Amino acid sequence: MADLETFRSETRAWLEANCPAEMREPVRDESDIYWGGRRATFKNDAQKAWLEACVAKGYTVPAWPKAYGGAGLSPAEAKVLREEMGRIGARPPLSSFGIWMLGPALLHFGTEGQKQRFLNEIARGEIRWCQGYSEPGSGSDLVSLQTFGEDKGDHWVVNGQKVWTSYADHADWIFCLVRTDKADKYSGITFMLFDMASEGVATKPILLISGNSPFCETFFDNVEVPKSYGEDCPAYVGQINRGWDVAKYLLGHEREMISGADGGDRTAGIGAAMKRHSAKLGDDLDPVLRAELAMFDVDALAYTAMGEKFLDEIKVGKAHPAQPNMMKYAGTELNKRRHELMMAVGGSRSLEWDSEETEGGKPSRSWLRTKANSIEGGTSEVMLNVIAKRILDLPGA
Amino acid sequence: MPLYHNEDQAMLADTARGFIAEEGNIAKQLRHWRDRNCKDGFGHGLWKQMAEMGFTGMLVEEADGGLGMGHVEAGIVLEEIGRNLTPSPFLTSSVLAATALKHSSADMKGRYLPGLIAGDSVFAVAIDETAKHRPSRITTRAEKSGNGFKLNGAKSFVIHGGSADMIVVAARTSGGDEDADGITLFAVPKDVAGASHDHVRLVDSSMATHMRLDNVELDGDAVIGEIDGGRAVLDAMLLAGRVGAAAEGVGVARGAMDMTVDYLKQRKQFGKLIGEFQALQHRASHLYSEVEIARAATIKAQQLLDAGAPSADLMASVAKAKVAKTARLAVQEGVQMHGGIGMTDEYDIGLYMKRDRALAEFLGDAYFHANRVATLSGY
Ligand SMILES: Cc1cc2nc3c(=O)[nH]c(=O)nc-3n(C[C@H](O)[C@H](O)[C@H](O)COP(=O)(O)OP(=O)(O)OC[C@H]3O[C@@H](n4cnc5c(N)ncnc54)[C@H](O)[C@@H]3O)c2cc1C
Ligand SMILES: Cc1cc2nc3c(=O)[nH]c(=O)nc-3n(C[C@H](O)[C@H](O)[C@H](O)COP(=O)(O)OP(=O)(O)OC[C@H]3O[C@@H](n4cnc5c(N)ncnc54)[C@H](O)[C@@H]3O)c2cc1C
Repeated sequence: MADLETFRSETRAWLEANCPAEMREPVRDESDIYWGGRRATFKNDAQKAWLEACVAKGYTVPAWPKAYGGAGLSPAEAKVLREEMGRIGARPPLSSFGIWMLGPALLHFGTEGQKQRFLNEIARGEIRWCQGYSEPGSGSDLVSLQTFGEDKGDHWVVNGQKVWTSYADHADWIFCLVRTDKADKYSGITFMLFDMASEGVATKPILLISGNSPFCETFFDNVEVPKSYGEDCPAYVGQINRGWDVAKYLLGHEREMISGADGGDRTAGIGAAMKRHSAKLGDDLDPVLRAELAMFDVDALAYTAMGEKFLDEIKVGKAHPAQPNMMKYAGTELNKRRHELMMAVGGSRSLEWDSEETEGGKPSRSWLRTKANSIEGGTSEVMLNVIAKRILDLPGA
Repeated sequence: MPLYHNEDQAMLADTARGFIAEEGNIAKQLRHWRDRNCKDGFGHGLWKQMAEMGFTGMLVEEADGGLGMGHVEAGIVLEEIGRNLTPSPFLTSSVLAATALKHSSADMKGRYLPGLIAGDSVFAVAIDETAKHRPSRITTRAEKSGNGFKLNGAKSFVIHGGSADMIVVAARTSGGDEDADGITLFAVPKDVAGASHDHVRLVDSSMATHMRLDNVELDGDAVIGEIDGGRAVLDAMLLAGRVGAAAEGVGVARGAMDMTVDYLKQRKQFGKLIGEFQALQHRASHLYSEVEIARAATIKAQQLLDAGAPSADLMASVAKAKVAKTARLAVQEGVQMHGGIGMTDEYDIGLYMKRDRALAEFLGDAYFHANRVATLSGY
């Protein structure tokens, strides 16, 4: 415990010295988030300085081993760092699917060569990944996917289509589920890694109801994927035809991430802020709206405790392996409710689509974006199915 | 502190679960006493056994002969009490009265704690005066009289009031009805002249009273804590009681949920187990998720309370409200998913529904505590 307190004071001092003031401001829009990658540019010097300081310290991926670009922090230390960053409102220096999704899968299933190469690139923000799972005919029923890789000895030739590929048009590489054996549904999928600049890869952005276009249809037309990128660095994670295990493991991390279990703004109560917001607009909270906010805050604060408990239990292996599904379900439904209430408090002001006062329709666009929370990474209904089957052990689920 | 039970607490939970399932189960306690129209609504034998297990004095300091444990531990016992719908004076005696007595003189501790710890005495609290919990308003008056006090007023929803050896009564020694200051807590002994009780059986078969105080004369040494400064003790007592009631409610919710999920795996209709119907699966999964969250909030509140954190007050109301909503969902879904037999007295699921109703009302329902969350948060 004494060690942890030392770590806390050191961390506090380090953050004080290294986290620029601009990076302690709340994230306002997409451009405030640094995603990294070959084509990334910094919004300002502060963003660059903050990333570089964190890369040097291993703090873009604090819990990863030092050999792979992390800081090798214990779960307790990582929690202290999260708390201390939260205390000063420090932004994450780097956001990426590499950190949230592929990294954990590589740490678990990757070869030493893959870890050395890809994890370090991710930690330094040099590579931006996208996730090629969903297909037009395979959403919730992901395992029915059809994109096919024909075995040509030292490489595959991949043909097919993915959809809802978030940021595919900005990504450098893709981690992609490809069928390599048509005879076996579950044991016929390979988890491949390849360059989005490969010949035959095309992306087409999809416009969402929020008016933004963060994801794409992704087409593969005779894309050649080599089986190896050098010694001990295969182009697939885990084994050939056993990619479903990797895919499921990764989904667990994705659901955890989407659930907002690790706290931050998303899980706190909103009533007090809504009262101030309402006053700023010259209004007063309607008593029934106040009551709904109160009921929401009860749920949100209780969920915050659940998030804490869940992370504590994961650390020591006490959490039920299917618990991330519960967290994802509850967390995303809560977030949708949060934005419904925020829209109600904002009244007609929050309807504005591109006014300066709303920073380009932020309230309504965010509200619409949250509707995807209970769809992406597995829908709420699918989460409920998984809970019924794996936790409650209900028949036929 | 991690939000799960440490090794000692996990051991206590095992012990409590086994003991209460064996001795405090519905057939042996709730139905047994109910069907005999027991005037106390609980069994003194079990209370004595709980003392032998060390439960009765768990919150009492070691220096005073107790175990000096915290609210996490008390919550462990309460969760099992809730799961088994065990009628017992644990919450009013070992949590509420024990918390009040922490603030009492050595003399008073000597008078009451040995009986509590031994399971020989039962305690109650008299706070509410109307049909809803509103501790901000105390109209029962205590006037100085000689070197003591004279109490006048009425209290309601005094759980175990008829069997209590001592009742902690919140009365006003100065100020107006709604004032925060001017409250004094009194230890009112059984059978004191001027105190009378209307006994009422509640929907869950527990016994409560409407208590009248007509010129009840008490010595100065009946005062718990400071004269006019009782609000602090009352708040401490309410905080402990609410966190405890939340823990018991978690047990009620889990008991009802487990019973229902079991039933879904046994009952066949349309040639299938009803648990195969997705309409029921999704509702059961949603319930599971709510119960997990309510339990996490409750453990968080217990830990904050044990750590003496100021935020314990907010979290206690979060937990009490969340549990009240969740246990309500659990018993409603429970009865519904049992179909017709859920309406019968023979099946236990209806008993959960009744207990939830009474427990949620005690020390403030979901509306009261959600409102409190809003007020404490500044809106
Ligand atoms: C913002 C966003 C970002 C995304 N990013 C990516 C990405 O980067 N990469 C990627 O591969 N995919 C991504 N997706 C796709 C996402 O994973 C799928 O949308 C999701 O799995 C659901 O599939 P679907 O859209 O085909 O819906 P469907 O599976 O067709 O579902 C339609 C409806 O039917 C319900 N349903 C389906 N099956 C069942 C069942 N068995 N029981 C009960 N109800 C059922 C669903 O819950 C849903 O309500 C993203 C989606 C969104 C919205
Ligand atoms: C007060 C009362 C009075 C009654 N009076 C009469 C009377 O006078 N005469 C008479 O004949 N009957 C009477 N009934 C019986 C009543 O009609 C049945 O209780 C009712 O049809 C439900 O059947 P069940 O109790 O067997 O429940 P079940 O059919 O076993 O249902 C258990 C649960 O499973 C659910 N379930 C069942 N099938 C499905 C499905 N396919 N999909 C999703 N969920 C499903 C149900 O909704 C329920 O939640 C009475 C019942 C009550 C409670």
